[in-house]
Amino acid sequence: MIVAAKKPIEEIIEQVKGLRSVLVLGCNECVTVCEAGGKKEVGVLASALRMYFLQQGREVNVGEHTLERQCDTEYLEEIRNNIDAYEAVVSLACGVGIQFTAERYPSKPVYPGVNTCFMGAALERGVWAERCQGCGSCILASTGAVCPVTRCAKRLLNGPCGGSTAGKCEISKDVDCAWQLIVDRLKTLGRLEDYETLCPVKDWSTDRAGGPRKVIREDLRS
Amino acid sequence: MSLKTPSKLEKILRAGHLAVTSECGPPRGSDAAHIVHKAELIQRHVDAINITDNQTSVCRLCSLAACIRLKLMGLEPVLQMVVRDRNRIALQSDLLGAASFDIHNVLCLSGDHQRFGDSAQGQNVFDLDSMQLIQTIRRMRDEGKFLGGDAIQRPPQMFVGAAANPFADPFEIRVPRLAKKAAAGAEFVQTQCIYNLAKFETWMEQVRDRGLHEKVFILAGVTPLKSAGMARYMKTKVPGMDVPDEVVKRMAGTPKDKQAEEGITICVESIQRLKEVKGVSGFHVMAIEWEERVPEIVERAGLYPRPAV
Repeated sequence: MIVAAKKPIEEIIEQVKGLRSVLVLGCNECVTVCEAGGKKEVGVLASALRMYFLQQGREVNVGEHTLERQCDTEYLEEIRNNIDAYEAVVSLACGVGIQFTAERYPSKPVYPGVNTCFMGAALERGVWAERCQGCGSCILASTGAVCPVTRCAKRLLNGPCGGSTAGKCEISKDVDCAWQLIVDRLKTLGRLEDYETLCPVKDWSTDRAGGPRKVIREDLRS
Repeated sequence: MSLKTPSKLEKILRAGHLAVTSECGPPRGSDAAHIVHKAELIQRHVDAINITDNQTSVCRLCSLAACIRLKLMGLEPVLQMVVRDRNRIALQSDLLGAASFDIHNVLCLSGDHQRFGDSAQGQNVFDLDSMQLIQTIRRMRDEGKFLGGDAIQRPPQMFVGAAANPFADPFEIRVPRLAKKAAAGAEFVQTQCIYNLAKFETWMEQVRDRGLHEKVFILAGVTPLKSAGMARYMKTKVPGMDVPDEVVKRMAGTPKDKQAEEGITICVESIQRLKEVKGVSGFHVMAIEWEERVPEIVERAGLYPRPAV
């Protein structure tokens, strides 16, 4: 899923403090699962904003709504009839949802309520970790299904570097060395000899380097 | 073995001499006198001088310009290149720049992560990794082609090196990793500083078992310790460094004013022991901001005078 983290309330207030009405818009997908922008967080943020405006002695209409998905134009239609009641939207969806909302309602200011962080999963309650950077050309087959593009701090395709110590990355004792994980995994699979296959220079044009990306499936287009 | 490049370092190694290299870190400013002075301190005692490339991710005068300075002094530079800061365009371009000054040695490195230096908030590049840089340079030299496939007019003639760290983890792939670098096209390696001689010897045994010492020249890396504090720092703070307790104890057990001498002695003793290790083709003496002591180390280790080739 896409993992996001709540923005500090002060930063959100800075964006909305001059408004007379604002809609806090949540999303029922990834940000609900990572507890940054679902219905619950919409309620918490809306209450905090109401409190803030109350303390300022101002009457501001703070609305709450949570869509099934903000990254889907169909679901975004759900607010078409009441969005005009608000001067602006604070979206608690990921960066995709925030932009899709803004694209759907071109004249409405939409502010981010979260920092979108990465594609990852929960290691335990309250701890999420990155697993994929969407490089567009998956090499997991040769690395024992551990991604060095994502999990090696240097994105080394022929790692590890000389900084790998006791299974940890040179950047922090809290970060696993991706190449230690890869070697361990290859060993478990009885494929350690695969380690010696040189990974060729990567075509990064499918990554961010190639500019904004699209996936086009002609067979699905109507 | 026939020579592949005009590199003096290559000539010395292929002639079967124990080579001696050292390194200088460029200044954090634009004063060329700094690098010239460091080079003058060691020039008669080493065969080639590495110039580090923004080591520990601290911004400095660039390795290429400093290498040109050495070249203008008639010395033999080893251009260190990390893949952290430049993409394939910049790397190939700088290689051609170096080649235009007839710089004939290059050392391919990943580079420390930028969080260690003065630019922790910066981006890194890592378009290629160090192995892929080795491959790239060999392709430029041997096939006369850019990575993109086009022909290079007057291709670079560079003796291609890499780093090897026998002490980093996971230990079981430390030798396969060297094999991989050799397969990528590395012709010499300079190792991480060796303090744990026994572990290095174990690594060399495995290197010899695979015949890798015959495919790639191995220069054993040594760094003299200045103090017990430095020994402890290297042991605990520098990733991928293995300083055994007895070395720290020996330094700590020496009176403070004698510790520098003791550090030099340990370094000389290490070289003497490593000279006996089959497959060691030379030494890389990294005297960090202590270049003035390199001549003494080289002389006491019986590596002076340097061969004329």
